[in-house]
Amino acid sequence: MSTTTARGAARPAPAKGFPRPRRQLRASSTFNFWLFTGPFLIGLLIFVYVPILWSAWLSFFEARFTVTPSEFIGFENYRVMLTDERFVGSLVTFTVFAALIVPATWALSLALALAVNRLRFMRAFFRSVFFLPTAVSYVAASLVWKMSIFNGVRFGLANTVLGVFGVDDTAWLANPNPPWYWLVIVTVRLWLQAGFYMILFLAALQNIPRELYEAAAIDGARPGWQTFRYITLPQVRATSTAVILLLLVAAYQAFDEFFNLLSKTTWGRPPLVELYYKALGDNQDYGAGSAGALILTLLICLVTLLQGRFMGFGRGEDGR
Amino acid sequence: MTSGTPKTAGPAPNRSRRGGPRAGVLGSAGLYAATGLAALLFLVPFYLIVRNALSTDSEITGEEWAFFPSDIQWGNITEPFDDPTVDFARSLWNSAVVGTLHTVGTLLVCSLAGYGLARIPYRHADKVFYAVLGTLMVPTAVTFVPSFVLVSSLGWVDSYRGLIIPGLFSGFTCFLFRQYFLGFPRELEEAARVDGLGYWGAYWRVVVPNSLNFFAAIATITFISGWNSFLWPLVIGQDPSAWTVQVALSSYMTNQTVNFHLIFMATAISILPLVCVFLFLQRWLVQGIAQTGIKG
Repeated sequence: MSTTTARGAARPAPAKGFPRPRRQLRASSTFNFWLFTGPFLIGLLIFVYVPILWSAWLSFFEARFTVTPSEFIGFENYRVMLTDERFVGSLVTFTVFAALIVPATWALSLALALAVNRLRFMRAFFRSVFFLPTAVSYVAASLVWKMSIFNGVRFGLANTVLGVFGVDDTAWLANPNPPWYWLVIVTVRLWLQAGFYMILFLAALQNIPRELYEAAAIDGARPGWQTFRYITLPQVRATSTAVILLLLVAAYQAFDEFFNLLSKTTWGRPPLVELYYKALGDNQDYGAGSAGALILTLLICLVTLLQGRFMGFGRGEDGR
Repeated sequence: MTSGTPKTAGPAPNRSRRGGPRAGVLGSAGLYAATGLAALLFLVPFYLIVRNALSTDSEITGEEWAFFPSDIQWGNITEPFDDPTVDFARSLWNSAVVGTLHTVGTLLVCSLAGYGLARIPYRHADKVFYAVLGTLMVPTAVTFVPSFVLVSSLGWVDSYRGLIIPGLFSGFTCFLFRQYFLGFPRELEEAARVDGLGYWGAYWRVVVPNSLNFFAAIATITFISGWNSFLWPLVIGQDPSAWTVQVALSSYMTNQTVNFHLIFMATAISILPLVCVFLFLQRWLVQGIAQTGIKG
């Protein structure tokens, strides 16, 4: 009897909703549900929902150096932020960054996955080498990039190598014109994250049925670009979509490498760095900072939804 | 793309089944050359850290590029710990404590919630699930201003509480656990129910012991992201005694005097634990990531 009850309660609901328990089980299920999810939900409420709401509330007040403001100013903070050259500039910085880093990481991680997947020997070794940078923090990597590879003087690796070809020393980070700092910013993140996404692509590649390639060969598809274009690429589409979404969200949150590589400069500040200085800098302007954070959040939601609409996120079978 | 474009992009998982890609000696050599070159480039930063950490400053900044330090300075290893300006040992300890408690707490809270959402029938469970999903749309980093305000009004600035507790409630990790538990074999739980265990008992005695692989994979990923996180510790660790190792490293970069070998030795020490974790848990970590699909 208890077996059938448990079975009845536990049977998976196919499409929508949750299994309906027998009446006598319902009370205990409800209690258990809250027992399991309660601690998490309370934390979520306090440390995620309350800050968001508090932020929304603060954004309508004049709140400098205080978090219990009294002067309601309506949308003034939003007006200030949207006309603030630096904040708007930071959105532009982000756009440039995303336009560079998302395709670059996508292409590099897919290329690495394809290469590693084709290797017969030492496959695990190469996979490890490409994956290893995932262990390194942005701070540590920024340090190496700034002080050793792209150091503006002779002993930096990049300038030493270029010096062999007779190129003069380049001030990679100290000068926004020409904007060489983008090369530094993009390569550091590329190095750190390409291996991680390579793993996702490797998993996807190994799930492609071999028969597809055999069928294509019979149909006369030439190996190389054709099979890549018409079989591999469509087969990793769901993973690609998920990867691009993750890359975009990660790019929005860029802080560590910009802060450490360009801390003293006024150029190349993405939104989070800008907000950090705005809200926690000399002025401690929590009102304007909150308004900026909300503008940013809305933008992220918008981009996510648009991407979902255009690329069909969530429709793919493994686009988890 | 050039290096990776396959002649026949077969996923050759089965070595005995030759067939398929007949790249030929030339194509295969080209593939290995390109992959090897990429691997070398990926290793350069690691090499630079070790090389600089074991060199003298005059050699690092010298006119002539020394590929290999002419005189390896093993004595550099203790230098970050003797440096009076930054309490490096303390920052390592802080990171270890924060990383460990962050991992244990996240696993506990998020796995319970994930299980509840996946398995316990409740009328409004789907609404609760959407409330969790909704937080995924708002990147946690965007809420750092109000979170800082909240945590500082609780008086948690410069404390382990402030560093750890707000980060425990990851909607994403909860989501991953839910997905995992949805695929957990029901038969095992049913057997436990027949034996008279409730949800709680079945969870601890049957579900958790049979999910250790997944827990370990998530634990590793969580520890890495905790150890490497920077923005929140930077905001909360206002007093140097509360700095984590990442904040300490960052402070070296803004210091007036640049002591190259010390900075690189500190960097080497800071990444050594994670690189070891990676090398030992490699295969299994890769599986975990491939399964969960996404980073925590």
